[in-house]
Amino acid sequence: MARFWAKQLANMAITLFAVSFLVFVLNELSPGDVVRKIIGPYATQDQVERVTQQMGLDRPVLVRYFEWMGNALRGDFGQSLIYKRPVAEVLWDRLGNTLLLAGVCFAIIVPFSVFLGVLAGMRERSWIDRSVSVFSSVCASIPEFAMGVFLLAIFVVGLGWLPGASPLRSGDGWPIWTQLVLPAMVVVLYDSGYLIAMIRTSMVEVMRQPFIRTAVLKGMDFKSVVLRHALRNALIAPFTVILLQINYLVAGLVVVEMVFAYPGFGRMMLEAALAKDIAVIEAGTLVAVFVTMMTQIVGDLGYRALDPRIRL
Amino acid sequence: MTDVLRLENVSIEYTNRKGTMRIVDDVSFHIAPGEALGLVGESGCGKSTLALAAMRYLPRGMRVSKGRILFDGADLATLDDAALRRIRGNRVAMVYQDPMSSLNPVITIGRQLVEVPLLHGETDARKAHERAVRMLHEVRLPDPERMMTRYPHELSGGQQQRVVIAMALMAEPALLIMDEPTTGLDVTIEAAILDLVRELRRRFGTAILFISHNLGTVARICDKIGVLYAGRLVETGPIRSVFGTPAHPYTNGLLAALPRIEAGRTAAPLRPIAGTLQAADRARTGCAFAPRCSFAVPALCEAAPVPLVPADGAGQLARCARLDVVAAAVRGERHAAHGARLAGDEADAPVLLSVRDLSKRYPVGGGLSGGVKGEVRALTDVTLEARARRTLAIVGESGSGKSTLAKVLSGLTEASAGEARLGDFDLGATGIDKRPQDLKRRIQMVFQNPDSTLNPSHTVEHAVMRPLRLLRGLSRSAAKAEAARLLEKVRLPAEMLRRMPHQLSGGQRQRVALARAFAGDPQLVLADEPVSALDVSVQAAIVNLLADLQAASGIALVLISHDLALVRHMADTVAVMYLGRIVEYGPADAVFAPPWHPYTAALLAAVPRPDPDAPEPSIILAGSMPSPLEEMKGCPFASRCPRRIDGLCDTTPPPVRTPAAGHDIACHLDLDTLPATL
Ligand code: SF4
Ligand code: SF4
Repeated sequence: MARFWAKQLANMAITLFAVSFLVFVLNELSPGDVVRKIIGPYATQDQVERVTQQMGLDRPVLVRYFEWMGNALRGDFGQSLIYKRPVAEVLWDRLGNTLLLAGVCFAIIVPFSVFLGVLAGMRERSWIDRSVSVFSSVCASIPEFAMGVFLLAIFVVGLGWLPGASPLRSGDGWPIWTQLVLPAMVVVLYDSGYLIAMIRTSMVEVMRQPFIRTAVLKGMDFKSVVLRHALRNALIAPFTVILLQINYLVAGLVVVEMVFAYPGFGRMMLEAALAKDIAVIEAGTLVAVFVTMMTQIVGDLGYRALDPRIRL
Repeated sequence: MTDVLRLENVSIEYTNRKGTMRIVDDVSFHIAPGEALGLVGESGCGKSTLALAAMRYLPRGMRVSKGRILFDGADLATLDDAALRRIRGNRVAMVYQDPMSSLNPVITIGRQLVEVPLLHGETDARKAHERAVRMLHEVRLPDPERMMTRYPHELSGGQQQRVVIAMALMAEPALLIMDEPTTGLDVTIEAAILDLVRELRRRFGTAILFISHNLGTVARICDKIGVLYAGRLVETGPIRSVFGTPAHPYTNGLLAALPRIEAGRTAAPLRPIAGTLQAADRARTGCAFAPRCSFAVPALCEAAPVPLVPADGAGQLARCARLDVVAAAVRGERHAAHGARLAGDEADAPVLLSVRDLSKRYPVGGGLSGGVKGEVRALTDVTLEARARRTLAIVGESGSGKSTLAKVLSGLTEASAGEARLGDFDLGATGIDKRPQDLKRRIQMVFQNPDSTLNPSHTVEHAVMRPLRLLRGLSRSAAKAEAARLLEKVRLPAEMLRRMPHQLSGGQRQRVALARAFAGDPQLVLADEPVSALDVSVQAAIVNLLADLQAASGIALVLISHDLALVRHMADTVAVMYLGRIVEYGPADAVFAPPWHPYTAALLAAVPRPDPDAPEPSIILAGSMPSPLEEMKGCPFASRCPRRIDGLCDTTPPPVRTPAAGHDIACHLDLDTLPATL
């Protein structure tokens, strides 16, 4: 077990380092001048050069990279250009918002999809199976954007039950939780559609296995067969995919955040990338990579817990 | 006393979009308490369907369309779910083929066993646990307490099947249904499982419905037998009557098609049953076997349903309209002397392939972190010869190294040491990529599963023409003509040329594979379990064909097989392998006659003979083959050998004993103390 952790930690350190370096260099190579963006298109060449010098941007990439890394290691991620605040502040702010939404979604998506997927897969081609399959493929095939607009039309424009934007400020008379409902609904429907289909397929496969027959012919009732013998086996294959949803929920909700003006992590990254705000991009990337790698480790451990055939 | 299980005129139909098919037609039988009935038949005869019907667990689309199935006198069809659950696992339990997939991979053995009593009235978990441990002990598994905490994948195939049997016996059922319980297991493991079933039957008095395609295993277990063909019971009766005086032409055919281990290389050729079972045969009004039967007379056999009528033996019934004619013909045949095949002398059989001290080792890595953990010794110092016109058989259980040897010879992998000479080439050092076209032509393979070499999207003609063009460089038209000739040689009608592989039966596909193998006019043919995927009645025809092709072309045949009866029938020379080494080698007549190497003796004893009066095997090997990763200091067989000399066998490599010139036995036992009886 100690070896496992040592290996994972080393792995993570190397990956984080490599990714941060890559991002730094790529950012350098991509077109667009940061200084111009900051001081505006009408500044003179003189001014541009002075600011460049002030910001130390005339020094070689490597020097700047290691300087940045030195600071980062001490917990100082620098100053954001677009938000004009320390990166750490912006980051934790946005990450907190995103984690709130992601947490709510994840807590709904997993039980919801497992329940429906298992229900559909346990009796292949039954009417439950057919209805669930239709529901899941409809959900998974509507783009998030379209789904967002569609739900806005119903609940905001039509019924007026929910706010149309979710800036997470309680000023406009909508309590914070009401602002979470619509974004969460879009994410849950879209993402569950996909997961339900996965879990259903896996469940169908498991129910065809001879050991299910063994369980039935022991004299076990159907419910126990499903819960005791099928469920755990049916979760093995989709397990990694379920965990991948965490990555998606943390870093991939850009569309939903844009549609609902939600101040989240994905939107922050988009804005930073457009403005070439390297400090924010770097810090955000590291967070995203960290989350990905953590879910991978959790996935590995969970996988092993689920399936005794896999050894550490 | 009421019968435990009673089937009355049961028919089972399968319905799908294409229509309705009768899987089982008018089958009746009964099993009294403590009785064992064997159901035999080839694939598609409906035997497994009957087993599932007896559990009222038919697959989707199938239903009992006629008749009744009574369990303990109660009609299964009238029982509700709860009543059914009280019977399943409690009064009737099932043991399946492929034990690995019958056990839940993520739950410990213990929990799976304990479930049974807890489902059937036991409330005390501790008592259930004790019972499970006791049952594991009954099925002779080592260290039952520890076994309870293990997962299925940690056990060997034989151990898994013991667990399944223990699970079935947990509630001491009145009836045990065993569906091909030993198929896929090695012959020594099979013998041990069959021995266990006999023993448990004696102790618990459980009635058994034993389903198998293997007449030998049925003979070892059952008192009564039912022979199924195309969903109909064609013959039934006490096992001695049916095996002794088979009445139905199909039963006769099955028994005549089986190679016998008692017979020699010079015995008569096998007598195959003509043709194969066609789907349309099931729908026949008259006898379903008529298209394949040499006694068929349309007026008698095909006009009306043929009833089961009493035959010669006591309690023996057969579904045949011409029993008297058949009986007379069979009696006549038994007396007629068969033209025995002649074994030629050595002069016309030059050594073609000469293998010397061939070894193959694979390094095994220690997972992702890299580093070599150890070596698998797949082959160690293998020495043997294959002669033209002769058959060399390599026998041994899975893991014995016989497949690795085939891989080296066919070039799929290269040897680590030693050589395998064929003419100027060292096959051991020449992987397939390095082999010139001509060498490839000279060595051909035939596999257990012909599908692996037949492209499903090309016609038979294309498949046979390819090697002709590639290996013999024939022009298109010449290859076409030659393909037609080859098809004739493997006795397939010319219209097969335009068929796709999936339109052929298993036997026909294997014929196409043979045609391909012989297309390049080879010198050496490696046949890896060439008939073990085929039904008995089809096997015989392929075996005979292979012998004819060999006689006509003069090839050296290397036969790799676990089936000792088949080897006895085909081989001139036999190499017995264990854990990558040859433990006994010599002319077939010498290897199959005493004295034997202790492992050869165990293998021979384990072969299930289709004879209910065959003595019970006295040697039952315990355990399974050790891992080839372990360094072997002494005799490879030491861990399982019943004759092991402690302190010698496990430390010192055995010397080679030579009972006769050319016959080698690697064993510490002196010649006169080697096993001489089975
Ligand atoms: S009934 Fe006729 S066709 Fe059928 S087995 Fe008897 S003789 Fe052969
Ligand atoms: S050498 Fe010893 S262990 Fe090996 S077969 Fe002979 S008696 Fe058995």
